Formats: sequence, C-alpha cells, structure tokens
Amino acid sequence: MSATSSATAANRATARPRRFRPAPYLLLIPSVAVLLFALGYPLYWQVLTSLQKFGLAQQFGKPPAFVGLENYRQLFSDPQTWAVVGRSIAFCLTNAIITVVLGVLIALLMNAVGKVARLILQISMLLAWAMPVIAVMTVWIWVFDWRRGLVNWLLTNLGLDFTNHNWLEQPLSFYFVATVIVVWMSVPFVAFSIYAGLTQISEEIMEAAALDGAGSVKRFFAIIVPMIRPVLMIVGLLQVIWDLRVFAQIRMLQDAGAPTSSTDLLGTYIYRLGVGSSDFAMASALSIFVLLLTLALSAFYVVHLMKEDS
Amino acid sequence: MSHPTIRRRFRPGRAVLSAVAILVAMGWAFPVYWMLNSALLPNSVLTSTTPRFWPSGGSLDNFAAVLSQGSFLPALGMSAAITLTTVAVCLLFAFLAALAISRFKFRGRTSFVLAVLFIQMLPAEGLFIAQYKMMSTLNLLNSVIGVSIIYIAAVVPFTIWMLRGFVAGVPAELEEAAMVDGCSRTQAFFRITFPLLAPGLVASGVYAFLQAWNEFTVALVILQKDEYRTLPLWLRGFVQASATRETDWGQVMAASTLVAVPVIIFFLIVQGRLTSGLVAGAVKG
Repeated sequence: MSATSSATAANRATARPRRFRPAPYLLLIPSVAVLLFALGYPLYWQVLTSLQKFGLAQQFGKPPAFVGLENYRQLFSDPQTWAVVGRSIAFCLTNAIITVVLGVLIALLMNAVGKVARLILQISMLLAWAMPVIAVMTVWIWVFDWRRGLVNWLLTNLGLDFTNHNWLEQPLSFYFVATVIVVWMSVPFVAFSIYAGLTQISEEIMEAAALDGAGSVKRFFAIIVPMIRPVLMIVGLLQVIWDLRVFAQIRMLQDAGAPTSSTDLLGTYIYRLGVGSSDFAMASALSIFVLLLTLALSAFYVVHLMKEDS
Repeated sequence: MSHPTIRRRFRPGRAVLSAVAILVAMGWAFPVYWMLNSALLPNSVLTSTTPRFWPSGGSLDNFAAVLSQGSFLPALGMSAAITLTTVAVCLLFAFLAALAISRFKFRGRTSFVLAVLFIQMLPAEGLFIAQYKMMSTLNLLNSVIGVSIIYIAAVVPFTIWMLRGFVAGVPAELEEAAMVDGCSRTQAFFRITFPLLAPGLVASGVYAFLQAWNEFTVALVILQKDEYRTLPLWLRGFVQASATRETDWGQVMAASTLVAVPVIIFFLIVQGRLTSGLVAGAVKG
C-alpha cells in the first residue's frame, strides 16, 4: 500500500515540481514519531530533570523542585566525577588510537598478501566481529581468570610468577584487560573499512611510485594515507564516540570481581547514580554532559563530512 | 599484474607477510576457539593445572547441562520476539523515510538528513535513565514493546542512511518506462524497483538484526524480571549464578557458545552484503 502511494508520488513529483505535496512528509511521519517518542522525549525529560532535585523522595511522589544548575555545580565540584571523566577520556583515546593503528596495519596486511592468507585473516576478523559482546566478555574473563585462566598459566610457564594473580583487582591492570578486549572486538570493523578504501587505490600509482624509488613508508604516507583519509576520518571518529561510552564491557568486568569505585567509567557511573542509587537528577546531569561531549565530537565530524561532500 | 618483473621482485616479501597474516589470524581467532574448546571439555579437565588445547575426550555434556536448566529457550524466544519486531518495523519505517528523502525535494529535507546524522551519534548510555523512567511510567518495563520501541529508534537513523543510497541508485525513469510498456504503478514498483532494492533491505535488515540481538545496556535497564530476559541478559545471569562458589567454566563456555554460534553463522553468510551496505551508506556521505 505504502509502496503504491510512494511510486505515485514519485511520478507526480517529476510532473509537477512546484506545488506543495504532502507525500514526503507523510512518508517521514513513522520515523519521526518513533524518534521523537523514544529519543526526543527522554532527552527533554533528562534536560528538565537535570535542573531539578530528583532523588528517592521524588520517586515516591514528592514533586521535584527546580534548582537551576545546582546539580551540575554539585556534580563538577565532586572530585569523583572528574576522576571518572578523566579516566573515560584517557581510556577512550587510548583504545581508539590502538584500534585504528592496528586496524590500518591489518588492512594493509590484507591488501599485501595472497588470496588464501587474506581469506584466513578475514575469517578470523569476522569471527571476532560477529561475537555478541556478552559472549566476548565471558570468554575473555575466562582467559584472564585468576585461578585457572590461560594467561596466568602461560606467563607462569614463561618463568614469571603469575599464580593466582588477579588482573581485575588493580585499576591499571583492570583497564589493561578492558583495553585488550575492546581493541580485539573493534579492530575488525576498522580493518574491513580501511581495506575497502585500500582496494580503491589503483595498482599503477603504487607501482609507479615504487619505480620512482619511493620506499614503502614513503608510499604509505604520500599516497595511501591521503587516499583513504575520508574512511580513516569516519572510523576514527566512530571509535572515539563508541569508546567514550563503553558500558557492557566495564560492567561485566566489574561483575567478575573488580572494585567499582576505582574502575567506573562514564557509562557505568551514570548507571550507578541513576538505577543504582535513584539519584535521577545527578544521573541526568552527567548524561547531558556525555551527550554534549559526544555532540561536540560529532559536530566536528558532520561539518567535515559536509565540507568534503561539497 | 602486467609487470612480471615487479611481481617476482615482491615475492619473498609476500611469503613472509603471508606467514605474519596467518599468525595474526590464528591469534585473533584464538579466544573464539578457546570458548568452543572449553565448552566441550569436562570441568575436571578445565580445573586441572595444565590447560588442554585440544578437545580430546570432549563431549556435549556441558551443552546438555545448560539446556536442561530450561531458562535458555524462553530467553531465545524473548530475543527472537524483540529482534523480529525491531527488524520488521525498522525496515518499514526506514524504507518510507528513505523514499521521502531520495525521491522528493521538499522544505526541511536537509535538516532531516542532518538530524538523522546527529541522532546516530547520540549515545544510548546518555539516555537510558530517561528511557527507563519513561517506560516505567508507561508500564512498559519488562515488555517486548518497550524494548523494541527503543531499539527501533536507535537503529532507524542508520537504516534510513543505508537505504537512502540504495533508493537513490534506482532511477525513477525505470518505473516510468515500465508504465509506458503497460504496467500499472503498483506493478511497475514491485516488478522493477523493489527487486533492485532487495540488497539494501537485506543489508539494513542484517544491521538491525545484529544490533537488536546483541544489545545489552537497554535490555539490562528495561528488562528486570528473570522471565523477560533476552539472551545477553540470560548469559550474564548464567555466569553470575554459576559463580556462587567456583565458576563452572565448562557450562559457562557452553552457554556463551549457544549465544554466539547462531550469530556467527548468520554473520558469515551475510557479511558480504553487510559490509558493502555499510560502505555504501558511510562513504557515499
């Protein structure tokens, strides 16, 4: 039914372009409605709540009082908040950089080797990419398990004493484990995207550069990087945005026995404030901060994309 | 390829690179292998001091034990219901919107496209508190509908983005030509345009499927009763329940395998279309 009306509308569009036509707006209604309902309204509620006092008492019917920016003041005068923000940004940048660098290297490897080796490499990447995040977490927690994990056994057999070493106890090694996992599961997306970009580069250019005496490092920076720059930009920014809000990975590692106060990142901290201690106002204020941070990053991306488009 | 001398010069380097590639591949796939291997081995082997790298003497006992607990199938059903709802509704909505923005010039079109781009960047982790409150007010906590609505809104912007490229790729003149040849408008659409859109619909459907099937955060917040758990929540619950004394890793790995293997198989079958769709949507900007 919808198909008929749209085909009709499309034809009418070519015939009479000037008049107001409701068809495109009608076609947009379902999407706009669901977006307004499930994202727009919560966003509005969150902005409003972040300006109110909304704790446990309000949960039981006490009307929330408007407090202006008091929640934000309180939130950002708490050193705990800054610790979480700092940790999140450091974690995000570290992971994004490692992921992109490894992704590019693996894409170059895919491009350089023969068919069979490439296929084997691609299948292994697909396996890691397709794993559901919770399954990924369970496997890696088993690999790093303090009593019977493979990593401890391996390191101990290499002559280092890692018997019963608990990786999740100390924040630094907790983040090391989290980084290994996040990078492992994010590299395939980057590798495939960059590889798709690499296949667009003509072999003649590379061969000509090689004949002119350009070494492989020089060829990489002078030819490959400029040509895959659009893809590189997109995946780099997506990584930053995704890594800024890792939740499931951190949450599952905390489940596996890590002290939460010293390992919380933005996502888990919002969860703890909101669902955990019912301080919806504080959780909302922090969420708004995360949204603004993400929006600032994506504005940069959208502007760049538009510029490249025109 | 037309320069045999150059090819020969590169060969020794290629062999080394191939070896590196295969080593990287083996290392990367190892955790997946380790999951399968551990799932097949009895706990007595897994708790011994030396790990066994090959599932010799393995059995499907761990799988049987996991399945006999009876909570897997309800979770599978819940995941299936939520995922199917999300994929079906999302494809319909996104298809209509994609038609609007690629076949019409209208006031607000650019703002809509920009809004879609921006919404893609909104983090689920920045909104779940408000979504939780909203669903609780509407009495939609612990329901397929509540979770599906949030998933649809989360996935629809990207599917619009993907489908847009595919719709734009089918020229409207093709339909007009079919109508000149005597097709009705409906016939022209279903015989000419729709088949050409199929790859795009499959690619965006797969994307929506994977997002909904694997999602964890929103499910954790909205689905708080055990009877309403999706597979990711079920797996987390299984791990927690198993960890009361010392984790039964054999069963936990069997449970992980049960959650992962269907997705992996599905993904391997459709990945070519998914990546080409991703590239089409992302690169054509």
